[in-house]
Amino acid sequence: MKYFEDIAVGERVLFGRHTFTAGEIKAFAVRFDPQPFHVDEDAAARSHFGALAASGWHTIAVWMRLAMLYRRAEDEARRARGEPLAELGPSPGFRDLKWLKPVYVGDTIGFAAEVVETRASKSRPGWGLVFSRNTGTNQAGALVMSFIGSAFVARRPAADVTTPTARSGRVA
Amino acid sequence: MPTLYWEDFVAGSTARYGPRLITREEIVAYAAEFDPQPMHLDEEAARATMAGELIASGWHTCALLMRIIADGFILASASMGSPGVEEVKWLRPVRPGDRLTVRATVLETRPSNSRPGVGFARIRYEMLDQSDACVMTMVSTAMLARRGFTLASAMASGGAQ
Repeated sequence: MKYFEDIAVGERVLFGRHTFTAGEIKAFAVRFDPQPFHVDEDAAARSHFGALAASGWHTIAVWMRLAMLYRRAEDEARRARGEPLAELGPSPGFRDLKWLKPVYVGDTIGFAAEVVETRASKSRPGWGLVFSRNTGTNQAGALVMSFIGSAFVARRPAADVTTPTARSGRVA
Repeated sequence: MPTLYWEDFVAGSTARYGPRLITREEIVAYAAEFDPQPMHLDEEAARATMAGELIASGWHTCALLMRIIADGFILASASMGSPGVEEVKWLRPVRPGDRLTVRATVLETRPSNSRPGVGFARIRYEMLDQSDACVMTMVSTAMLARRGFTLASAMASGGAQ
């Protein structure tokens, strides 16, 4: 991660895309959300979904996976450039999660995030809180999922502020 | 056939579901697949993080809450899924060996404006560990078929939206 101080409201990233298969939809649902329309094609066909649809918790789990793989690649690039890495801490929670459209077998969902708010943590010195609007959009351009997530991100150590050139090679 | 329809959800009613044990293997397996961060994958690596110990992914906790309520009442109901979740708070870490239960309280119910066969129940969930400490809260809306409808006929009732 970048340090908290380097994260700006309005920053947008596309974490990646994922095509959902019947096998993985059912495998997730059998473990965590075994409602008939998530585990059985015939039952799903008779349901209001009309076809097998992913659990909303599966859609969001794939969002998380792609977000973490994106962050990992970003960290590797930062390490290769000799830049320091800021720790990404845990999340205190999320709000306004909307499952707007079903995710069906074969749908390709693009997952993205936009920073909507940043603030220093009152309870944990050395940490900031970053709030992002996270979205999933299908191949037809329709929004399937949206939520406001939050996470702790480490602030730049005080010593580093006095030597910005050593930090990243930038002067400003 | 479902035994619980929208009409059976009554504001103010409360019930407790579970328990379910969460194992280290499950925590690591979920994290390896969906949330590969050091605090969810490995005790040693977790020690160097803000969490300081191996803890379950919050998304794993959400998925387990789903499983507990699925076994508790959703699978017996005419559930049509959920339009969304108002808020989740991850209050305390979930650790290997925790025995989790879920207390559900129906906050309010309302019929769909557009589909006579559909109703909504707004439900507050509290996930508790073996010492009754609350590890997570969630407020979400369940979408349910009303008595006399199937999932498909409930959705087809009323106008298009």
